[in-house]
Amino acid sequence: MKILRINVGAEGGPKASEGPMGAYEGLGGRALTSALVSKEVPPLCHPLGADNKLVIAPGLLSGTIAAASGRVSVGCKSPLTGGVKEANSGGQPSQMLARLGYGAIVLEGKPKEEKIYKVFINKDGVKITPDNSLKSLGNYDVAEKMKKEYGEKISCISIGQAGEMKMSAASIAFTDMELRPTRHAGRGGVGAVMGAKGVKVIVLDDAGMGMRAPKDPQKFAEANKKFVEGLKKHPVTGEGLPAYGTNVLTNVINEAGAYPTKNFMWGRFPNCQKISGETQAQTETARGGLATHGCHRGCTIQCSGTYMDKDGHYLTKQPEYETVWALGGNCEIDDLDAIAMLDRLCDDYGLDTIEMGAAIGVAMEAGLAKFGDSQAAINLLKEVGKGTPMGRILGNGAAITGKVLGVERVPVVKGQALPAYDPRGIQGIGVTYATSTQGADHTAGYAVATNIMKVGGFVDPLKPEGQVELSRNLQIATAAIDSTGMCLFIAFAIMDQPDTFQALLDMLNAFYGLTLNADGVTELGKSILKNERAFNIQAGLTAQHDRLPEFFKKELLPPHNLTFQVTDQDLDKVFNW
Amino acid sequence: MKVELNLYASFKRYLPEKSSGNSSIVEVEEGTRVRELIVRMGIAPEAPKVIFLNGVHAQGDEVLKDGDRVGAFPPVAGG
Repeated sequence: MKILRINVGAEGGPKASEGPMGAYEGLGGRALTSALVSKEVPPLCHPLGADNKLVIAPGLLSGTIAAASGRVSVGCKSPLTGGVKEANSGGQPSQMLARLGYGAIVLEGKPKEEKIYKVFINKDGVKITPDNSLKSLGNYDVAEKMKKEYGEKISCISIGQAGEMKMSAASIAFTDMELRPTRHAGRGGVGAVMGAKGVKVIVLDDAGMGMRAPKDPQKFAEANKKFVEGLKKHPVTGEGLPAYGTNVLTNVINEAGAYPTKNFMWGRFPNCQKISGETQAQTETARGGLATHGCHRGCTIQCSGTYMDKDGHYLTKQPEYETVWALGGNCEIDDLDAIAMLDRLCDDYGLDTIEMGAAIGVAMEAGLAKFGDSQAAINLLKEVGKGTPMGRILGNGAAITGKVLGVERVPVVKGQALPAYDPRGIQGIGVTYATSTQGADHTAGYAVATNIMKVGGFVDPLKPEGQVELSRNLQIATAAIDSTGMCLFIAFAIMDQPDTFQALLDMLNAFYGLTLNADGVTELGKSILKNERAFNIQAGLTAQHDRLPEFFKKELLPPHNLTFQVTDQDLDKVFNW
Repeated sequence: MKVELNLYASFKRYLPEKSSGNSSIVEVEEGTRVRELIVRMGIAPEAPKVIFLNGVHAQGDEVLKDGDRVGAFPPVAGG
């Protein structure tokens, strides 16, 4: 594997250079992005300046025959949190990047001219060309244009208008199997950093490249077979996720009384059945869409789907639970078609759906629109795409929106919006929100699994006891999984089934000729968090930033009428191991 | 007495015919336990991975009271 560096500030325009993995040998995904950012990016640099770097890294098992191995990590200093960022995405590019032999692409420097560039990578090398015709295009138009230019067997990594305008909620789109820009490295404003580098799209074509070859092909194939059997056998990865997608959680979290409704005022949304995963799957199937569909080739879980409009035309991919919540229940919107339209717009402009839902919820609380008014939400989002002054405020996230509009109840940690679980009803996820190196991020240590779904044991969601240890262990394990290229949903199977966890270890060992055991995985996870924590501390983030907003300690959340009860002293123990 | 029964995901098909969405108000006798109600609908006793009684995880042996809200799920997750 090699590292491709593109210095966008070189004399005469961006210059590409390739080199060995060097200090990053043996790393992939989040382990690589966080190691590179913490080693090469000055923590006090401006996130949109010359010294920040955007790192795109496939996982350790990406590009192999391993199932569900197509996740990619995007790292940089975050314009949203001011700390380190790893945003994770599915889609086709991870597998293609790895097959083309790249352990990472690094965009560095600052463009000298006001041009917009496209990067084309195939087996013959890298071509960078200015293409101002791409300016101000949405991700869907970019993908369509690239398809006409380079054919259908490509994949794209691109930004929409939000990234070009360097908004802190801007995402980076990764195309799916149908070459649609529906998978996103969503969080933390990574799209703004790509925009600051002047790169609109990276086009990948892996024609002529084979699957990556393991050191021990036979052992690798055997381990993958066991791994796939494990995913199929577990009821969550084998049945629940394929049938209903992630949005099956709407009813679960609502039933638990932890569904943040109306900008985190209530824990239950009376109309939630209208937007539940069950209703969504039924709607998709009735209109000729798919309720079971993979985000990349080789995924056996297939938690995604396709959402058609009322006339049976493709509108967007199956909106995820967090999206349906953020742009639905959080804004008291109970119309799946409107939510699907908001999802489509976010994908096209290149925006994090969680951050936008939270920002619109805050705007609704400020009286800019009425809660429940889906057309008003669509209009507000369109302002973001156009870059009107109001749109630019919203596009910079919930924290900025709250400040500009004078709202006290702003659900953010380190400037990043809380996802779809109220920490007063699920105390464990509150520990992760508060202490994660990433800002509020449910995927960083998904305590919901153990607090609510009884996966990996059970810790009572309504009590503070045991939550710090739970979050700590999950944050460590997650950092390691995020380095493999594996979808995080494999965690449901490997937490419950030791033989499936062993199969994952066997795959890594057979591929790289390692002797990694469970302790080794823990050490890998800890080393990643250590890099990230060190960067954040030098960037000026302190223990006082590892806190939930004040209202979670003061306002009771119905129906359980609880506040967040984990003490500050206990939060400060998360990284003591 | 009456309780609100919510059956989700693949359990929905066990709700009485006239139910709306995932929810039904059902008549139960005094002394009925949570799991008895679920089993009475045709669901295998060990099938529910998670049962909620008024939004709190239930063991299944709790005695129902008038106006209680019960929710049951097969193994599902997301994120």
